[in-house]
Amino acid sequence: MIRISGLHKAFSGTAVLGGVDASVEDGKIVALLGASGSGKSTLLRCLNGLETFDRGSVEIGGFSLQPGSHDPGVLQAVRGQVGMVFQEFHLFSHLTVLDNVTLAPRIVRGTGRAKAEAHAHELLSQVGLAERAHAMPRQLSGGQKQRVAIARALAQGVRVLLLDEPTSALDPELREEVREVLRRVARGAHDPSGAALTILLVTHEHALAHELADEIWTPAAGQIVSKSEPKKH
Amino acid sequence: MTQASAANAANTDGATEPNFVARTGARLAWYAALRVRAWTLSRLARLARLARLARLVVVAIVLLVPRAAHADWAEVRAHGELGWGGDLQGGEPYVYESPTQPGVLVGFEVDIAQALARELGVRAKFHQNDWSNLIPSLERGDFDVILNGLEDTPARRSRLRLSRPYFVYGETLAVRPGSALRALADLGGHRIGTLNQTVAQELLSAHHAEVVLYEGQQEPYLDLAHGRIEGVLLDHVIAARYGCPLPELRCLSKDLARGTYVVAIRPTEAELATRVDAALSHLIQSGELRAILEHWKLWDSRQDELSARDTVATAAAQAASVASASSGVAAPAAGIAKRALSGAQLALFFQGALLTIFISVCAFGLALPLGIALAVVRSHAGPVARFFATAYVEVFRGTPVLLQLYVLYYGLSSVVRLGPIVAAVLGLGLNYAAYEAEVHRGALNALPRGQAEAAGSLGLSRVQVLWHVLLPQSVRIALPALTNDFVALLKDSSLVSVITVVELTKRMTIVAVEARDWVVPGLLCASLYFAMSFPLSRLSLWLERRYQST
Repeated sequence: MIRISGLHKAFSGTAVLGGVDASVEDGKIVALLGASGSGKSTLLRCLNGLETFDRGSVEIGGFSLQPGSHDPGVLQAVRGQVGMVFQEFHLFSHLTVLDNVTLAPRIVRGTGRAKAEAHAHELLSQVGLAERAHAMPRQLSGGQKQRVAIARALAQGVRVLLLDEPTSALDPELREEVREVLRRVARGAHDPSGAALTILLVTHEHALAHELADEIWTPAAGQIVSKSEPKKH
Repeated sequence: MTQASAANAANTDGATEPNFVARTGARLAWYAALRVRAWTLSRLARLARLARLARLVVVAIVLLVPRAAHADWAEVRAHGELGWGGDLQGGEPYVYESPTQPGVLVGFEVDIAQALARELGVRAKFHQNDWSNLIPSLERGDFDVILNGLEDTPARRSRLRLSRPYFVYGETLAVRPGSALRALADLGGHRIGTLNQTVAQELLSAHHAEVVLYEGQQEPYLDLAHGRIEGVLLDHVIAARYGCPLPELRCLSKDLARGTYVVAIRPTEAELATRVDAALSHLIQSGELRAILEHWKLWDSRQDELSARDTVATAAAQAASVASASSGVAAPAAGIAKRALSGAQLALFFQGALLTIFISVCAFGLALPLGIALAVVRSHAGPVARFFATAYVEVFRGTPVLLQLYVLYYGLSSVVRLGPIVAAVLGLGLNYAAYEAEVHRGALNALPRGQAEAAGSLGLSRVQVLWHVLLPQSVRIALPALTNDFVALLKDSSLVSVITVVELTKRMTIVAVEARDWVVPGLLCASLYFAMSFPLSRLSLWLERRYQST
C-alpha cells in the first residue's frame, strides 16, 4: 500500500508538486503518464526519499515519510522495501553485473555471498542475462544495462518497484527487450502465488503504460488530474 | 635551486669552456628533473606541455647566449670591481645581513673584502652563492674570488690558486656533558655532525666517524642538544657562536686540529692571485687585518701564525695523512685530474636511490589515505570538519615543503624529536596529502550523481555508499594523476637533504665535489631518477587508457 497525502514540493520557489493525493493498493501497477516537466519523476523520487518534500506525507512499505530531511534509519528501512530503476541505469561501473546485483543484499542485508549470488543468478536469468553475469557494465548494451538495473532493484526482495522512465534513454530497437522484462515482472506482480509487488511506472510511452498498468494517472501542473483504467488491447 | 642553476646556465660560454658540452649535459639532467605537479586531471596535459616548453627555452638560452669572458685582473681593474663569492647563510660573523639595517652586509669577511679591494684599487662586490657550490661557481666565472671561510686543503690547492691565509681556525668539538669523546681518535663509529665540504668532514671520514652533514651552522648544534647526534666538529668561530653558548652543550677547549681560511682564485689568473697575496701581506704587516679581527673579537693566539704563513699546520694535511695511512678509506679529494667514480661511490649512489625510493613510497603511503580522507571530509562532512580539512589543504599547499620540513625537524624538535627519515616521510607525506586531497576531491566530484543516488536507493548508508561505490570509482579516475604525483614526490624527496638525509641528489652533489666532476655523477643521478620515474609514467599512461575507455 502506498498512500500519498497532500504532497507539496517546490524547487527554489517554483512549485512542482502542488498537493498530490493518491494511493496504490498492494500488487497493483500504476503508470504515471504525462509530458516531461509535469512533476512525475519528482513524485517518484519523493516516495523513496531521494527528494525531500515540503508538506504532506507518504506512507510506503509500512513506513511513513514526513516533510523535511528524513531520518537515515527510516530512509534505509524504506529503501529496503522499495526498489528503484533509473532512466540512465546507473550501474556501478567498477563492479561486474553479478556484483552490481549482489552488492545491496550482501552489505545491507548481510546475506552470505553464495546465497546472494544464487539469487542474483536467478534474477539475471529472469531478465535474460544469465550468460553475462561476469561482464562489466561497459561491455553491455543500453538495454542489457537496464535489465541488470531491474534485477538489481529486485534483488533485496522489495515490495515496491519504482520505475523512472525505464525505456526513455534507449534506442528504439533496444526498448522491446526491456519492455519484455517489464511484462515478465508485471506478470510476477499479478501472480497470486507470489509475494505482492506494487509497481509505479513513470513513462511517456502510452502503449507500454496501457499494456502493463492497472490504473493510469495523468499528472499536470503538480496535481494528478485524472486516474483512469487502461485501454487494454 | 633550479632557478639559480638556470641563471648560471645562461652564463655558460661554449667558446671558453672546453667541457661545455659535458656540462650542458649535466645541466640538462637538472632540467629533466623539473618537477611537474598537477592537482587536477585537466591541468595535467597543460602542465606537461609547459614543462616541455620551459625545458626547450632553457636549452635555447644555454646554447645561444654567450657569457662575458672570464674576468682576469685587467677586467677587474677595468670594471673597478672585485666580485667575491660567499654565502649569507654562513651567518655571523663571516658575512651576514645587518640585523639593524636590513639589506646591508656586515661581517669580518666584508671588512676584509673591502680592505682587499681597496688595496687593489677597486670596489668589492658581494655575490651570494650556496656555500657547498662556491668552487664550481668560481670556476664558472660567476665572481672573481671566494672569500668565505674557505679552508686551505691540498685538494683545493691542486684545483685553484689559494692566497696566503687571512685567518687561523681550530677544529672545535662540541659534545653533551658527560660525553667521553675527547680527540679525533675517539670519534670512530660515532654520529658526528659537521658542514658539507668542510675539512672537518674530511677529518671525520678519515677517522671513521659516522658523518652527518648539515647545510646551516645552527642545525648541527640543535641536533646535538636534542640528542640526534653525539658531537659536532666545526671551526672554533662557528662553535663559539652557535654551539658553545647552548647550555646543553660543552665545547672542548683544545683544538682537535688547526687550519686556515684563504682566498680562492681561478688557476688561470696568476696576476690576480699575486696581487691578492701582496694585498693580504700588506694588510697583515700594516696591522689592519688584526684591527679587523679584533673589531670582530676574533683575534686570538692562533692568529700569531698568520704572519708566518709557511709554519701554519693545516688540519687538512693532517686529514690527508691519516686517510692515506688507513687503507680502504677514500682519501680526501687530491690530485689534479678528475677521478673516476669508485665502486664504493657507486654503491653509495644505489644506496641513495634506495633511500629515495623508501622515503617516497612511505611518504606516498601516508599522503594517499590522508588525502582521500581529507577529500571525503571536504565533499561529504559537516561544515566544521569541512572547514578544518580545507584549512589543512590550503596551509600545506600554500607554504613551501622545504619550510614544512624545517619546522617539523628543527622547529618542533623541543616538542617531538623526530629522526631525520621519520621527519622526511612525515613532512613529504603531510605536504603531498594536501595535493592528493585535491586530486581525490576532483575525482569524487567527477562521478555522476546517479551513482550515489542508485547506491542510496538500494539502502546503502552514506559510509557504505562512499566505501563500496564512490571511492572505488574515484580512485580509478584519480590513478593517472596519482602516478604523476608520485613521480613528482620522487623528485621532491631530494629536498629532505636539508634535514641531513643523504638521498640520491645529495649523494650526487657530495660525489661530484669529491670527484671534481658534475657530468658523470649528474648523469648517473639523472638516469637513476629516470629509471625510477619512467616506468611510473608508462603505468600512468596505461591506466589512463584503460580507464578512459570505460
